Amino acid sequence: MTLEFSPEARQRAETIIRRYPPQYKKAAVIPLLHLAQEEWGYISAEAMAYVATLIEAPPVKVAEVATFYPMFNKEPIGKYEIQVCHTLPCALTGCGRIVKHLCEKLNIQVGQTTPDRRFTLKKVECLAACDRGPVMLVNKTLYTNLTLEQVDDILNGLE
Amino acid sequence: MDASRCILTREMETIPNLTDIDIYIQHGGYQTVEKALKMMKPEEVVKAVTDSGLKGRGGAGFPTGRKWSLLANRFPRYLCCNADESEPASFKDRKLLEGNPHRVIEGMILTSYANGINLGYIYIRGEFFQIIEQMDRAFAQAYERGYLGKNILGTGFDLDLYTHPGAGAYICGEETGLIESLEGNRPYPRLKPPYFPAAIGLWQAPTIVNNVETMADVALVVEHGADWFKGFGTEDSTGSRLFGLCGHVKKPGLYELESTITLRSLIYDVGGGVRGDKKLKAVIPGGISAPVLTPDELDVTMEFGEMAKAGTMGGTGGVVVMDETVCMVDALLNISMFARHESCGQCTPCREGMPWINDMLRRIEQGHGRQEDIDLLLDVCFNIEGRTVCVFGQAPGVWPTRSFIVKYLPEFQAHIEQHKCVVLPVEESYLRKENVEMLGVGVFRAKNS
Ligand SMILES: Cc1cc2nc3c(=O)[nH]c(=O)nc-3n(C[C@H](O)[C@H](O)[C@H](O)COP(=O)(O)O)c2cc1C
Ligand code: FES
Repeated sequence: MTLEFSPEARQRAETIIRRYPPQYKKAAVIPLLHLAQEEWGYISAEAMAYVATLIEAPPVKVAEVATFYPMFNKEPIGKYEIQVCHTLPCALTGCGRIVKHLCEKLNIQVGQTTPDRRFTLKKVECLAACDRGPVMLVNKTLYTNLTLEQVDDILNGLE
Repeated sequence: MDASRCILTREMETIPNLTDIDIYIQHGGYQTVEKALKMMKPEEVVKAVTDSGLKGRGGAGFPTGRKWSLLANRFPRYLCCNADESEPASFKDRKLLEGNPHRVIEGMILTSYANGINLGYIYIRGEFFQIIEQMDRAFAQAYERGYLGKNILGTGFDLDLYTHPGAGAYICGEETGLIESLEGNRPYPRLKPPYFPAAIGLWQAPTIVNNVETMADVALVVEHGADWFKGFGTEDSTGSRLFGLCGHVKKPGLYELESTITLRSLIYDVGGGVRGDKKLKAVIPGGISAPVLTPDELDVTMEFGEMAKAGTMGGTGGVVVMDETVCMVDALLNISMFARHESCGQCTPCREGMPWINDMLRRIEQGHGRQEDIDLLLDVCFNIEGRTVCVFGQAPGVWPTRSFIVKYLPEFQAHIEQHKCVVLPVEESYLRKENVEMLGVGVFRAKNS
């Protein structure tokens, strides 16, 4: 096993683990997987094994969790992860146009990453911002009331 | 409507930087904690909440005081505040946490004190990145000011509260799924009985799971008293609630109102009516899982009881407005896509049923539907309902499917007969109330059983 957190991440991991009673360290698995994904961009088998050591659980226990939740990427994705909400309220306010525009602009299908590995395009379920649809997440930032022009501006504004 | 009741939203809208604890304290924040911990016994807090008639705002509308009184008499006990907010059309918890995090923390402290809890978590959906960070800061501030930690305000009461992130799964909103997820497992809901959280919850201990808005309301009850709280709304639905309007409505957004308002008034008076002054076709009144209502059925108040009488549910108070341009098959197809994606896969009727429903609807939408498909869809619904571990199978699965089909039958039939997508004019698209009753689901059930 070669993977290990940076000292800063290691410190954050310890803070996280301390939130749970010592006999229930396993509860820290989701926050630690988020941390791992921030560190390495995705959750590899090695990352799962490393997280398992932190919470003193068998690696399979971590794998069980990591493979269930949609937010954990099992393989590397682009620098910018674009997630467009496609649930009913956003569909009613035109998320379809946004997705189509992004597909054309980036020249990829939903679920794919651009060859330069800058963008990954995904659809997600409701982001709880339904009054401001259509909405999309770009990495951690939520953009609301989207128009096609705004989508262009947002993408152009990314380095 | 007495504007003085709109505390939660008014605070958020009129006080800048309310998320900062100093500003919050300047405006009277955390005084309820002083009051409760120093002057009230835990039982008195429980009594106030029971007397207030507060019903849970997480979807099921279960009386909060009653929930607390069901806690098994064992310690330790835990609190889980449910901020998973994944029910489509619901965005109230996000707004509350974004704008007024300390109100929620106050409610969590009061709830813990009332129920002998010394450790609690707020389970926040993973996509709420900034909210999780802000909540961590808010907790840190509350620790600094001595509202959390050991020996709070010198009263001898200890309490630790932390955030816990989710990672994109709707099922974590279901209370036992939430608990499994928090424990570090796949969020497969537990069987009830015996696993009612109040009896056997987090780490097998008695646990309270309450929604974010419920927590904020607990703080209001303790601050102003049960009578004040009961002075708003009706006996069935006390206090006011956060209603969300979205879809084809002129003024989408979050509104804090008493439940005495009718759905029609909510859409037309508060929401300004249908966008582009188009005709109204359908309304989902309480989050996407609530059975759909036709334009004939909107003169019902937003009370939990009245909503149930109208055959739907108050749920999370998220209202979806659909205008005449919407294809009802398409709309249901969208919902079924969600249900298919979010089924956790633990039990067979739901894991297999959701894709079936979704596939059949796609077939009908694309013009390849067969006459028998409608009965088959209802049959699948029948075989899911009541046969699953949790309510998910019904909630975004059976309830929307059955209500869309039964109420908008002409539109489904037109798709099948004409072998293509046909959006019927509003007048022809749905069955009038009388016919709906005649066509009652019981007919299909009787046939199928
Ligand atoms: C499939 C499913 C999803 C749910 N999602 C949520 C949710 O996101 N937030 C929430 O507060 N309650 C949700 N609930 C309701 C919870 O199970 C629970 O009843 C609620 O959190 C209790 O809080 P309350 O009594 O304050 O309403 C969900 C229930 C089901 C069956
Ligand atoms: S439907 Fe898109 S944010 Fe809720």
